[in-house]
Amino acid sequence: MMQILATAASTHLLSIFEFFGGTFILFKKSISECLHRPFYLSLINEQIYHIGVRSLPLIIITLSAIGMVMTMQFGLGLQKFGGTLYVPRIVSVSIVRELGPVFTGLMIAGRVGAGIASEIGSMAVTQQIDAIRALGTSPIKRIVVPRIIGTCIALPLLTLFANIVGLLGGIIIGKSDLNLAPSFYYNKIFETVTLMDFSTGLFKSFVFALVISISGCYYGLRVKGGTREVGAATTQTVVMASILILVSDFFLTKIFFIWEKWN
Amino acid sequence: MELIRINNLCKSFDKKNVHKGVSFSVIKGECLGLLGGSGTGKSLILRSMIGLEKIDSGEIRIAGTDITKFNERELLSVRQKVAYAFQGGALFDSMTVFDNLAYPLREHTKLTETDIYQKVLKTLSDFDLKGNEYLLPASLSGGMQKRVGLARAIILEPDIILYDEPTAGLDPYNTKVIQDTILRLKATGVTSILVTHDMPSALAVCDRIMMLMNGKIVATATPAEVREQPAGVIKNFMMGFHQKRQKGRD
Repeated sequence: MMQILATAASTHLLSIFEFFGGTFILFKKSISECLHRPFYLSLINEQIYHIGVRSLPLIIITLSAIGMVMTMQFGLGLQKFGGTLYVPRIVSVSIVRELGPVFTGLMIAGRVGAGIASEIGSMAVTQQIDAIRALGTSPIKRIVVPRIIGTCIALPLLTLFANIVGLLGGIIIGKSDLNLAPSFYYNKIFETVTLMDFSTGLFKSFVFALVISISGCYYGLRVKGGTREVGAATTQTVVMASILILVSDFFLTKIFFIWEKWN
Repeated sequence: MELIRINNLCKSFDKKNVHKGVSFSVIKGECLGLLGGSGTGKSLILRSMIGLEKIDSGEIRIAGTDITKFNERELLSVRQKVAYAFQGGALFDSMTVFDNLAYPLREHTKLTETDIYQKVLKTLSDFDLKGNEYLLPASLSGGMQKRVGLARAIILEPDIILYDEPTAGLDPYNTKVIQDTILRLKATGVTSILVTHDMPSALAVCDRIMMLMNGKIVATATPAEVREQPAGVIKNFMMGFHQKRQKGRD
């Protein structure tokens, strides 16, 4: 029994090392490919549209719901202590610094990360990746780089949009459930949220974009067998990207707090 | 003039030795047929020749240069001169037939879109595919997909073409179109290696036929010799005898 557990643990540990080593190599190769011609700007535009524009409905629904729920929860909680007036401050900072980037990241990991892994995995199964190589072109340049750049541009923009939608959701519930005037809510947001809050949120989303796109490409390119492996790659991407988003969020928050203290 | 030379190629997967020292050469303008049972590593030789698979040891010389030491970037230039026609076509399913054929031209030539349009249409017409240029690969039959794949492989007019079972699973018409294409390209001086199980095609288009068995080349013959031989490794394979029995006979 102990031996089975030890074997399973070592296999998992090995796969984690393999993941970090593999994604590092993929990232390094992608950087090196970025520096050489040709530059596929149309492919990058396509990815920005696919990742950014087509994810908007999902982000609007998710973040408006989060903004509303947060306002409701804090409103009800603080009402007992007569602290309803603090709701706009708490909600706005929470959304801009944490909930906006993290929830957008998680949603995009589910929608886009899975999509990247399954698309590249299917291309690998049907020998399209081999065909790209056989035709004298680089799959990293054609497939991986546009997805990484596309996600790194689209996700911070989506986060910016998500923050606005989340705050609007808060304003709506503030008015309807907590009797807070929209102008009061609005003014409190601008009094509380600093440029630093916005920047840390956007920086986080940039890191999450790297995590999502590189994980998706890595697991997609690793597909060797049939359609079953495509499904497994999709699941692994979503799980790994989600875990890494949450773990990296903790460390990034810690780093930003230390940095803010120093300044 | 020797254009391709493979020396002592060895390749194994886990504990299975697929190639145990494969050696052969192909002269310029020659069409070499590579036969062998399923799983003997015929396609693997072709994939190794353009660096899609890394070999364990040995040499693969294309025009005198050993490509086994090349990195991925150096291999890109080799792949522009050595075309690989995939067994299933390996078409880009998100692109139309036209874009699939235009892909290598857009990547590796400075042709204008008008020139690319004309070249693609001409190639499609050579393969009897005109009128299908704006279809997606999913709406083509298997035979048409193979022809598009072959058309895409040769559109850059490569010096060497590697055909991976180009006629497998095709009807007689499509088989004939592909045989004619191989012969037409051969007549222009293109060097080629044809991996196939289709003996009539091999006998029709190849200058030399080789048999791969147990990880090594075990026999070589011209189509005329194969036709005249009463028995032998290649003849037996052609007649459908089991490989173990072949061993006993030879």
